[in-house]
Amino acid sequence: MSGNDGMLHPDLLGRDGEEAILRGGRRLDHAEAASKPLRSHPEQQPRGAKVHGRRPIDQAEAASRFIAAPEHEKMHDERLWDLRLKRDREMQALPEWEELRSLASAIKEHTLTRLDEYLDQFEANARSNGVYLHWARDAAEHNHIVHGILRDHGAKSLIKSKSMLTEECGFRYYMASVGIEVIETDLGERIQQLDNEDPSHVVVPAVHKLRTDVAEVFAATIGTDPDNSDVHYLAEAQREATRPLILAADAGMTGCNFAVAETGSVVVCTNEGNADLSANVPKLHIASIGIEKVVPRLEHLAVFVRLLSRSALGSPITQYTSHFRGPRKGGEMHIVLVDNGRSERLGLADFWTSLKCIRCGACMNTCPVYRRSGGLSYGATYSGPIGLIIDPTFNARTYSNLPFASTLNGSCTNVCPVKINIHEQIYAWRRELVRQHEVPFVKKVVMKAAGELLSRPAAYRAAISTTDAVLAHLPRFLIYNGLNAWGKHREVPHPPRQTFHSWYHANRGEKP
Amino acid sequence: MSSRDEVLRAIRASRPPLERLLPTVPLFDDRGPILLIAAFKESLERMGGVFLDPPASGDALAPVREKIANAKVVCSTVPEIAGNRDITRIGAPQELADVDFAIVGASFAVAETGSVLLTDRELRVNAVAYLAQHLIVLLDPANIVANLHHAYRRPEFREGHYAAFHTGPSATADIEGVLIHGAQGVRSLSVLPVARAEPQSPR
Amino acid sequence: MRIGLFIPCYIDAFFPEVGVATLELLERLGHEVVYPRDQTCCGQPMANSGFNIECTNTEALFVHNFSGFDYVVAPSGSCVHHVRDNFDAIRQTPEVKQVRARTYELVEFLHDVLKVAAFPWARFPHRIGLHNSCGTLRRLKHATPSELHEPFYSKPMDLLSKVGGIEFVSPARPDECCGFGGTFAVFNEVVSTKMGYDKVTDHTRAGAEYIVSADSSCLMHQQGCAERIGLPIKFIHIAQILAGASA
Repeated sequence: MSGNDGMLHPDLLGRDGEEAILRGGRRLDHAEAASKPLRSHPEQQPRGAKVHGRRPIDQAEAASRFIAAPEHEKMHDERLWDLRLKRDREMQALPEWEELRSLASAIKEHTLTRLDEYLDQFEANARSNGVYLHWARDAAEHNHIVHGILRDHGAKSLIKSKSMLTEECGFRYYMASVGIEVIETDLGERIQQLDNEDPSHVVVPAVHKLRTDVAEVFAATIGTDPDNSDVHYLAEAQREATRPLILAADAGMTGCNFAVAETGSVVVCTNEGNADLSANVPKLHIASIGIEKVVPRLEHLAVFVRLLSRSALGSPITQYTSHFRGPRKGGEMHIVLVDNGRSERLGLADFWTSLKCIRCGACMNTCPVYRRSGGLSYGATYSGPIGLIIDPTFNARTYSNLPFASTLNGSCTNVCPVKINIHEQIYAWRRELVRQHEVPFVKKVVMKAAGELLSRPAAYRAAISTTDAVLAHLPRFLIYNGLNAWGKHREVPHPPRQTFHSWYHANRGEKP
Repeated sequence: MSSRDEVLRAIRASRPPLERLLPTVPLFDDRGPILLIAAFKESLERMGGVFLDPPASGDALAPVREKIANAKVVCSTVPEIAGNRDITRIGAPQELADVDFAIVGASFAVAETGSVLLTDRELRVNAVAYLAQHLIVLLDPANIVANLHHAYRRPEFREGHYAAFHTGPSATADIEGVLIHGAQGVRSLSVLPVARAEPQSPR
Repeated sequence: MRIGLFIPCYIDAFFPEVGVATLELLERLGHEVVYPRDQTCCGQPMANSGFNIECTNTEALFVHNFSGFDYVVAPSGSCVHHVRDNFDAIRQTPEVKQVRARTYELVEFLHDVLKVAAFPWARFPHRIGLHNSCGTLRRLKHATPSELHEPFYSKPMDLLSKVGGIEFVSPARPDECCGFGGTFAVFNEVVSTKMGYDKVTDHTRAGAEYIVSADSSCLMHQQGCAERIGLPIKFIHIAQILAGASA
């Protein structure tokens, strides 16, 4: 936009959107540049949504803090948009892409309508392979069962690979409370664990962090150089710090991407190989599995494995796709099947298909709101579009704002590999929350008033002409202030000379 | 009522009363013949793996010998080449922590993705493929299938207790999207195409 | 054809020129266009916030005003989507169903029903960034969304290609939502405006002089954002171009 841009140090170039930089579309190029220091302190990481007991999470507030950290927001938005573009590239390379999506959706829906039969079959086959199988009704029971298994084996340390189910169960916090050391082995999860923060994305848990944030975390916890934010240095330091913990661990835990009923196999997809380390180094392997992960047969795996990594990261497959059918020689394998609200969700006519989710994160990558808000702004285990439709089932009050953190643009539905109609479920949740009275009273009053005004033509006409007249004559400071949310960061529309209605009356001779 | 019974009862009560037929999954291999080894090589390299070009003549395993020439600890699980750490004498996986190179045999490979399948039968100690710093895989080119639909028809997923697709080395891009090889597992994965006898059963 | 003209509330109040252009365009194409004077709104703002019951009377008024026409046409994708796909607060009588089925957005009406072959009076020699609102793109299926593996098509581009002098630019994120989202624009205004800034900056970088859309709500939001950050890019509704506007 300005010819002087090339002469300025990149640190000094204004970012588009900063009000001070532009006047009438042109960049001021005299006094602006000199005042900023050339080397600035790394931007502090914006933290997630403020959680106060069960009060509704204010996602908009947390999102505004994320946007107020422009380096974080820009990196986050561009990184995830890049994953979306990589996904598109994979899609374009597969002529059968839409057919695979339809197959994946159909396989999951079929399985969910016969879920009890397939779980039965899975259990029988897993047991006949020598696996110990447990059932947990809820998060607490899951934690209790795992604790029991560890206690029975005298295990005091546990390495684990990524599992959103265990996040849901608050597993790490529970284990800390009973004195068992848990070590996350996925790099992103480990960063978050060391920072005492929840993961922000189902596939890339620390995507909201700049390398300088990671450097700060590692300096405080594994003794790296606080001024060295080179990514290779940080990753290598973490590898060397974690390796001895892997070798010394008493037990290993994995999650599960797919559970094959036909063979009793547990399928885990990672890029680091950390699930394989967790399962194959210690003698004891525990797999935590949500009941909705079941697929009928091996042939169905092909469909899901072909879609998963393409949707998540834009690569045809994860670096590791591992199939655990039973314990290894001299080892022991346990499976914990967990309900934790899934069977209840199965009974919700508008929302049961959310159980098809294979946790690819494509909806998060494409969501323009998520990319600018950061996953931690949702204050829940599941963020982004899938979070908006799952979280209210965990707590309608706490998560009552989430379905409104959406423009209903529908991009999520289009990228979902299992064709969950996400944006339609978001819309349905809004109705449901209003029905359950989980919306702010003020909004309710405004909407009721709007409904009445809009059903009375004469009153409506009067209100419009008043607004236009008022807008045309009010001084700027009255329109643009803290109370008028529209005008905080954008100009209000210019009021026209007359409404269409009056124009029509004046020009087409219709009687009023 | 046990937890099992409660969960199953809850599912039966909630199941949507809808008919949703299980579809038949096609093999998606009707795009004409492809050169499997060339397609596999391209996919493997895209995922960060190394394809060791077979020598035109002489010792078929020369590229592997070259790679491990200066290594301190080599653990081979294949009869074609000897290492200096005997996999059959390993008691606990931790004993493999100092292995520089592990040499293993693949059951088969997948051209679509560039993946090789490693199983417990061939690995003997599964952890060898993850604790070694570098992994070298011998692959018989006659055992390359076109895509994952074909792969899942293979018997390896019904036998044995462990089967893993390896596609390139251990990797992550968790920090600002910067690609790292050797995140937790092997730093490199190299594949040598070489004709092989049927894998021997564990001693 | 006897067409009932539906002018959404915000167009009535803030963009009457879009209503005028729509009316004049349809008349120029040879049809009888009636503007029922008691119309107000389709109920979408309430419905999108989950307040479906509060729409009942508004929806009833809509049906009352618009029954009996061959088609009901509106220059607004989101409103038409609401009427065709979500209009269920009132009892679904045959009359209601008929009005719903006959309600069309302007672009799809021109493209699919009238199949207009030419706009000989239209000339717009400018570089334009075409903005397909999420409602028209993904719900009314005006064009191929970038997420789907489908052969490319675009109804608005087809129509605009018949306008002399038009040049399309290629923004980096052509179908990312601009952030209006109805009440989202007010209740989540920080994210909404950030999305708006990014959208208008993208089009500006691509070289657009105008952003053109079939949805004035998006344009209203984007214009507010552009003006706030001082970008000189201009905004115009597709109806205005097709009706013969030159700037």
